[in-house]
Amino acid sequence: MNVVSALIAGLIFGVGITLSGMGNPAKVVNFFDIAGHWDPSLAFVMGGAVVVTFIGYRLVWRQTQPLFSAQFFVPQRSDIDRNLVAGSAIFGIGWGMAGFCPGGAIPALGFGYWEPVLFVASMIAGLSLVSVLRRQGGGSAVSA
Amino acid sequence: METQATEFTPALSALGGALIGLSAVWLMASIGRIAGLSGIVSGVLPTSWDRQSIWKVGFLIGAIAAPVFLSVIVGFRPDFSVPSNNWLLIGGGLLVGVGVSFGGGCTSGHGVCGISRLSMRSIFATVIFMATTGITVYVMRHLIGL
Repeated sequence: MNVVSALIAGLIFGVGITLSGMGNPAKVVNFFDIAGHWDPSLAFVMGGAVVVTFIGYRLVWRQTQPLFSAQFFVPQRSDIDRNLVAGSAIFGIGWGMAGFCPGGAIPALGFGYWEPVLFVASMIAGLSLVSVLRRQGGGSAVSA
Repeated sequence: METQATEFTPALSALGGALIGLSAVWLMASIGRIAGLSGIVSGVLPTSWDRQSIWKVGFLIGAIAAPVFLSVIVGFRPDFSVPSNNWLLIGGGLLVGVGVSFGGGCTSGHGVCGISRLSMRSIFATVIFMATTGITVYVMRHLIGL
C-alpha cells in the first residue's frame, strides 16, 4: 500500500506542478525577475500549497497514526546550523542559474523535452557526490 | 539568458499549488511521510538506497507520469521555455544537488511542507534560498546579461 499511496501522491503532485506552470523555467525565473518581466504566479502556487498543507496536516495529525503506516515521520530538528544556511544558499544559486528546482524538474521529465533530463542528471551527480563524500566522512543523509 | 515575458496565471497557479498541498497532505495521511522532492530523489539513488525507500520510487513514477496523462487524456500541454543554456543547466543542476543535500530540503520539503509545519529550520531555509535565487537571477540578467 505504501507504494500505491505514494504513486497517487506523486500523480497529484505532478498534475499540480504542471498546471501551476512551475515545470516551466521561464515562468519560475520571471518570478524572481522583478526588475524585468515579473510574473508573480509562483507566489500563488506557494500560497495555495501552504494553505492546503497547513490545514490538512493539522487534520491528519489528529489521528494517532497514518492509514497504512505505524507512525508519522516528521522531522524534529529545530537548530539552525551551518549546513542548513550554506546548503540553502547554494541551492538558491543553482535554482536561479537553471530555473529548475527538484519539485519542478521531476514532473517536467514527463513533458517530453531534453532540458529537464540534463538538469536532473546534473542534480543527481551533485546529490551522489555529497552522498559519497558523506559516506567516507560518516554523516547523515538528506531529510527535509 | 534570454528574457521573455510569461503570462501571469493566478487562478491556474493557485489551483496547481492547492493540488501540491493535497499531495503533501495525502502522503502524510497515508504513509506519514513528508513530500520533499530532494529527499525523495536522493533516497532512490544507489549511494543511499535501502528497502524503506521503495515508496519514493512510486512517488517519482507518479510525478513523471502526471504530465503525460494530462497531455494524452485532457490534452493539456503546459508552456515550456528554458532561458538558460546547457552550461547553466549543468552547473545549476550540480549546485542544486549539492545545496539540497546540505540544506536538507528544497522548495517542496522546506518551502511547502516545512513552512506548513511552522518549522523554524524550514522557514529560515526558504528565506535564504529565495533570496539567493533572486540575487542570482538579478546578477545574471541585469549585471552580466546572460
